[in-house]
Amino acid sequence: MLEVSNVSRRFGGLLAVDNASLKVEQGTIAGLIGPNGAGKTTLFSMIAGAIPPSGGEIRLDGERIDGLKSHQVCHRGIGRTFQITQPFAGLSVRENIAVGAHLHHRRRADALAAAAEVAALVGMTALLDRPAAALTVAGRKRLELARALATRPRLLLLDEVMAGLNPTEITEIIGVIRGIRDSGVTVLLTEHVMQAVMSLCEQVHVLNQGRVIAAGPPSLLVTDPKVVEAYLGRAAAGRLTPGAQHAS
Amino acid sequence: MNASILVPALVNGLTTGAIYALVALGLTLIYGVLHIINFAHGSVLMLALYGVYFLNTGLGIDPYLALPIAVPAFFILGYVLQRGVIEHTAHGRDQNILLVTLGLSIIMDNLALYFWRSDTRTIDVPYGFDVIDLGVALVPVPRAVAFGAALAIAAALWFLIGRTDLGRAIRAVARERQGARLMGIDVEHIYGLCFGIGTAVLAAAACLLLPSFYVTPQVGHAFVLVAFTTVVLGGMGSFTGALAGGLILGVVEAAGGLILGESLGQIGIFVIFILVLLFRPTGLFGGKPA
Amino acid sequence: MMSDRVKLIAVPIVLAVLAAAPLALGTGYWLGLATTTLMFALLAQAWNLLGGYGGQFSFGHALFFGTGGYVTAVLQVRLGVDPWTGLVAGTAAGAAVGAFCGALSFRYGLKGSYFALVTLAFAEVFRILATSVPFTGGGAGILIPLKVSAGNFQFADKAGFYYAVLILFAISLLVTLAVERSRFGTYLVAVRENEAAAAALGINIFRVKLGAITLSGALAALAGVFYTQFYLYLDPHIAYGAGISVEALLAPIIGGLGTLFGPLIGAIVMRVLGELAHGWTGGAPGLSLALFGLLLIIVLRFLPDGIVGLIARLGRRRHA
Repeated sequence: MLEVSNVSRRFGGLLAVDNASLKVEQGTIAGLIGPNGAGKTTLFSMIAGAIPPSGGEIRLDGERIDGLKSHQVCHRGIGRTFQITQPFAGLSVRENIAVGAHLHHRRRADALAAAAEVAALVGMTALLDRPAAALTVAGRKRLELARALATRPRLLLLDEVMAGLNPTEITEIIGVIRGIRDSGVTVLLTEHVMQAVMSLCEQVHVLNQGRVIAAGPPSLLVTDPKVVEAYLGRAAAGRLTPGAQHAS
Repeated sequence: MNASILVPALVNGLTTGAIYALVALGLTLIYGVLHIINFAHGSVLMLALYGVYFLNTGLGIDPYLALPIAVPAFFILGYVLQRGVIEHTAHGRDQNILLVTLGLSIIMDNLALYFWRSDTRTIDVPYGFDVIDLGVALVPVPRAVAFGAALAIAAALWFLIGRTDLGRAIRAVARERQGARLMGIDVEHIYGLCFGIGTAVLAAAACLLLPSFYVTPQVGHAFVLVAFTTVVLGGMGSFTGALAGGLILGVVEAAGGLILGESLGQIGIFVIFILVLLFRPTGLFGGKPA
Repeated sequence: MMSDRVKLIAVPIVLAVLAAAPLALGTGYWLGLATTTLMFALLAQAWNLLGGYGGQFSFGHALFFGTGGYVTAVLQVRLGVDPWTGLVAGTAAGAAVGAFCGALSFRYGLKGSYFALVTLAFAEVFRILATSVPFTGGGAGILIPLKVSAGNFQFADKAGFYYAVLILFAISLLVTLAVERSRFGTYLVAVRENEAAAAALGINIFRVKLGAITLSGALAALAGVFYTQFYLYLDPHIAYGAGISVEALLAPIIGGLGTLFGPLIGAIVMRVLGELAHGWTGGAPGLSLALFGLLLIIVLRFLPDGIVGLIARLGRRRHA
């Protein structure tokens, strides 16, 4: 469904993403992991249209979307959440979600009703009339999710949606994300919370220093010395992986 | 159009431009450090002009001799304005600071109108009509003095910011406020100082300007947009830019006035302003856009 | 603050009260004052659409006001066009100038202080043009010949002007209400609150802002058209001057940014204060404006949500 081919992004002298390629199959949950500074959010931003790639192509169902602006990418069916939540602070939860719902509902009353439905999906019904600014971190993350969902995306990009959540909240949101996938939405998420990646993702791509260094099901990747090395360093890779070979 | 008309006009433009540069220097310092666009800048200049005017007509003090009085006085005024009013009204929001400085300018402009009416006032100085013969043009003494002094003040500011400890603190605050605070720098005090320096430079500009110009309560308006244009053209936060920008604009205005007539010539400045904002908001000499 | 249902009831009530006002105000000075107050409330509603709901502060709204005023004046005086057509033309001109200004500014991503400065610059450019161009009468201004008749948009009875401006204001109020309840209005507020998030939700930032400034320009021009008919005289300083631009933004800020009734409340407060100041100082120029400046700073310091916000806060405290 999503095909990222040889995408790069340069910021002045810094090559943040270097010739990265990945594919996400429809109806799956895919993960993008890597140490801090690996270029995950930059890659996400390029897929979502927030910044243009310096090179390469991005295709959604065969059609090129690289170079399109954020709102156009949204119209094509990609929704995204932000790593640092961006609520419409002056509005209530319901009104926040309604902004997303308006993509498919012209009338305000319809959008507000649709917002209530989406809120129920993520378990925010009790908070509907609270001001967005008064939410906890977990609440804001859920609001990000709900708002993006309200645009009825075909592909949902989740940028570290679990950062700052406690274990209970993480378990809850894992359930919500699975529910989203079950309803037919493809999910690509970046995470540092490995427990979530392991239990949710069918396919994981590992980014390090802007390059994709490994891809595969999570169970295989934990034993891949390149991946361990990226996170923990060469010595650890030597100690921890069976039949260790150093990435050369 | 021949050289004997063009050259004097351009020389005239340069000397006017030096004053524009001086006004812009204070504005760019305030923007560069506090990151606020000071709408009250023109109004403070107007107040300074009135101050110098009254020192002259009331106490017989020559405007150039008024420098040591006006400059410190307006430094204090600026410090008080920043720390007493602006600091407390901002609530951190960019829009608010814009509006507060607008509010201050409204108060200043209209109190001036109320107390001093809208008559145009000028002063007489003994050297007011003396000229310096440059061969290609005759330059009135007051304008020549203004030109030289503007360059000198710009140099002094450059030295202050670039070569002194205070300047280093100011640059630190401008670049990274939180970090500077953690280093023990009193950021609010620095803000006050910078605003004060900005207004002090305006007082100097007033002393240099009055002998060849006039004062009315609206005179600030004429300068504020030119000052903004200068700053935007030269690059927000750049002294060299403010200097270059001011001189360029002075010349453009003079040339424009020659070709299009007095009032339309002013349009040249605003059109440049709009164009720069649209196409090159970082100005000729760089700097961060808002 | 006010729920949707309350607003739907409040609007007709407010308009009815305003319509009945001449009965209490008589036909002289006070009626004239109420008329100009409503004219400024109309201008304030216009500014509020772009600045309050949209979050784009314009410091040069006189640009649209003056354009509306001059277009209708020039059409009548130079081309013999009737004033009602002039009204339509003036409003359309305001919208066009708004669209032009907006297209340039927003295409190049101008925001915040830079946008405010650019609007100021545009207003100044137009002011200088109006001073220099012969068909506007140049610096001397333009005079509409006196020919009293309703068909000529000049009323013998002062109440005629009052009701005319009341209708125009009512239009602006209803337009604002319609915007509030529409998708466009929701998008406008979203853009104000957080542009990045809004774009990620499919909102075309440029088009939304452009729509807002065009609508705002049209309504502000309408106020300018009325000014021309009421005073039968316009000059560049009045039309495009800082005075109008400042009044346009003061009223919504004092009354409450981005609220339905904020501009009206702000305009009334400013008028009342202006009259009081007039009384104290015996009409000396400048003092009332200085007071407005002080009021602005006080509101920014203590009442960042304006008077409407204050009322809302008090209401919430009582219910808590």
